[in-house]
Amino acid sequence: MRGQARKESLSDSRDLDGSYDQLTGNPPRPTKKALKQRFLKLLPCCGPQALPSVSENSVEDEFELSTVCHRPEGLDQLQEQTKFTRKELQVLYRGFKNECPSGIVNEENFKQIYSQFFPQGDSSTYATFLFNAFDTNHDGSVSFEDFVAGLSVILRGTIDDRLNWAFNLYDLNKDGFITKEEMLDIMKSIYDMMGKYTYPALREEAPREHVESFFQKMDRNKDGVVTIEEFIESCQKDENIMRSMQLFDNVI
Amino acid sequence: MAAGVAAWLPFARAAAIGWMPVANCPMPLAPADKNKRQDELIILNVSGRRFQTWRTTLERYPDTLLGSTEKEFFFNEDTKEYFFDRDPEVFRCVLNFYRTGKLHYPRYECISAYDDELAFYGILPEIIGDCCYEEYKDRKRENAERLMDDNDSENNQESLPSLSFRQTMWRAFENPHTSTLALVFYYVTGFFIAVSVITNVVETVPCGTVPGNKELPCGERYAVAFFCLDTACVMIFTVEYLLRLFAAPSRYRFIRSVMSIIDVVAIMPYYIGLVMTNNEDVSGAFVTLRVFRVFRIFKFSRHSQGLRILGYTLKSCASELGFLLFSLTMAIIIFATVMFYAEKGSSASKFTSIPASFWYTIVTMTTLGYGDMVPKTIAGKIFGSICSLSGVLVIALPVPVIVSNFSRIYHQNQRADKRRAQKKARLARIRVAKTGSSNAYLHSKRNGLLNEALELTGSPEDEHLTKTTSLIESQHHHLLHCLEKTTNHEFIDEQMFEQNCMESSMQNYPSTRSPSLSSHPGLTTSCCSRRSKKTTHLPNSNLPATRLRSMQELSTIHIQGSEQPSLTTSRSSLNLKADDGLRPNCKGSQITTAIISIPTPPALTPEGESRPPPSSPGSTTNIPPIGSNIVKVSAL
Repeated sequence: MRGQARKESLSDSRDLDGSYDQLTGNPPRPTKKALKQRFLKLLPCCGPQALPSVSENSVEDEFELSTVCHRPEGLDQLQEQTKFTRKELQVLYRGFKNECPSGIVNEENFKQIYSQFFPQGDSSTYATFLFNAFDTNHDGSVSFEDFVAGLSVILRGTIDDRLNWAFNLYDLNKDGFITKEEMLDIMKSIYDMMGKYTYPALREEAPREHVESFFQKMDRNKDGVVTIEEFIESCQKDENIMRSMQLFDNVI
Repeated sequence: MAAGVAAWLPFARAAAIGWMPVANCPMPLAPADKNKRQDELIILNVSGRRFQTWRTTLERYPDTLLGSTEKEFFFNEDTKEYFFDRDPEVFRCVLNFYRTGKLHYPRYECISAYDDELAFYGILPEIIGDCCYEEYKDRKRENAERLMDDNDSENNQESLPSLSFRQTMWRAFENPHTSTLALVFYYVTGFFIAVSVITNVVETVPCGTVPGNKELPCGERYAVAFFCLDTACVMIFTVEYLLRLFAAPSRYRFIRSVMSIIDVVAIMPYYIGLVMTNNEDVSGAFVTLRVFRVFRIFKFSRHSQGLRILGYTLKSCASELGFLLFSLTMAIIIFATVMFYAEKGSSASKFTSIPASFWYTIVTMTTLGYGDMVPKTIAGKIFGSICSLSGVLVIALPVPVIVSNFSRIYHQNQRADKRRAQKKARLARIRVAKTGSSNAYLHSKRNGLLNEALELTGSPEDEHLTKTTSLIESQHHHLLHCLEKTTNHEFIDEQMFEQNCMESSMQNYPSTRSPSLSSHPGLTTSCCSRRSKKTTHLPNSNLPATRLRSMQELSTIHIQGSEQPSLTTSRSSLNLKADDGLRPNCKGSQITTAIISIPTPPALTPEGESRPPPSSPGSTTNIPPIGSNIVKVSAL
């Protein structure tokens, strides 16, 4: 009953005395499990290349030792790795940290942030695809390094880099080919973002037709898949796409 | 759009890279970022309040934000300060932690706000000093309960569809507010329970005399009437019980539950009575069985939440009650023994045995004091007074625990009800915010069109109608506009959508996606032109009429034939003619809409960008692949 929980917390509070370095020291008498968890949990926060996965299993603990804590690399290293200036990185990090104080974004968070920009439609599917594109090491979370690396390509990369990135986004299973099914998923997710109230009213076949026209444009050898070379080649020939790629130069 | 997410707007705009290669039309221009972003120039301190401390103080805990190099991200070169856009009140506690080594939890602070701040600064809540730890844990538990409650009620609402008949019936029984039928049933059963209980009570009241000078209870005087009433009530209860039994998801568990036992016990005496009316011996037992009819009053507990809480309290205070009982028993036995031996000497004493003294002890300890047994010896009186004094103490101790448990559970229930009531208001607020944001976009679109049209017609004095939007707003709207262009559909609000649906169903247009030109002589649209809702003085006034026609997709292209014969749509000539046709079109008062796949803003603003000329050669290459979406253009 409640009394038992209270007793437990009393004993905990007695443990948490100020007689040792509370963040890095070993507490005197907790259970082995709590000790190990606490120690392991502190480790990720020390190093720059932190792995956030360790503290996830401690959720069952009554202490709830998890807030996964991830710290990005230093500003200088990020400056070298990306094409952003120092100030731009600062701005980006502040915004990032504001929404994700723990230092990483998981898929739910990502979807929720992205959905705030599209109040009328359902942007969750497209956000999932974006998440998979940003999460380059496929560990289920986007850290600030991933985030900034992706943005660096999109906003500061060459047109070819950007096209590469877009291809990577479309290629859902990352096998180097865009099939019609993958493209259909992407197209549907884009159309989903429009929501229900559109003019003219969205029909069921609109994404499929759009996919057909896309494939007609991109698929040179008509083999039903679009490879990266076909994609880049077709895009380079298309003035609209080239021009719209240049839109990204001034986003930040 | 929440202000906090504005910082992610560059990311959202960058994410639009996924739309670019699939879009068939070029994207609109981005709003110009005239002034350099001021973010980097924010003053660096905690929301204006400057805190000062030694660097070594902060470096005591190197795996927090302030103690590591992470704070360099918040450094401002100009003012040489670290700026944090966070709550200065909580920051005070955080900084004190670095100074004294103890983290405190201020009682006035909201628990989730405090947790957020701690997470931001990379500090684990577990190191809260034990002076504040209890409070923190209690508040955290309450918060967790609240969140669970929210989730539960969300899940409950989501599970509405696809319930079988049996499940709906069960839900109706358990929660009478789900449907009117359930409510009716609820009140009917409540009424019959009351009737039955009153009947049982009134049955025993003596009413009137019979010539034999014997007072008859009403039950025997109006036996038939009471029997009918009883029968009716039992019918209702039986039907209710059977229905519940049928609807219960787990019949075995239902049969074992307390309420069903009460139900059974309430109606069994009647049936037993029916069976055994004639047998003389058993009728004595039958009379006592009628006592169980009073259990019907417990059926009220389904109708009253307070009763249920009382029952639940008693159950949850079982240990306290047990302790009370045990200590009372101990005291009774002790005092009864003492009293018995003390009164043994006096003559004609009522304390004939120790069990007989139990009655005296109980009556005295509970301060009843009937007075049917009183001690007569001096020793007896002394011990008797000690008994009554200690009785007060022993009984008074466990009672407040039970009372406080009851009040805690009761208040929890009240809070849950209040939260449910507030939830509606909260959801309504969220909905309003969402529609507000989408309406802002639609509104600015209308204003944007208005601006362009006004610029076209060259009436600069009307520019005061323009609404200035912040840079963030305009960037967000640009993003939504790009999405529109990618999918070739427009955002509209709900009423327009309904209108369109009605109109389209009335119009009965051909379903082919490529209506022939001949049926629409006067129409010109481009795949990317925007519809204007203002029909008054906008030059595109012919456009609203088009909505009534068979326009299914923006990508269908009609070329206005009659007015601009120069816009022959042979593809080869489109390049040249488009350019020539553009400029005079722009200046003219009658705007035929833009040429294929050139967005209206650049086309109609001649001061424009370098876009129109380069786009037209590109646009022609777009046409062939789009294929069936587009009207077959033919030379006129």
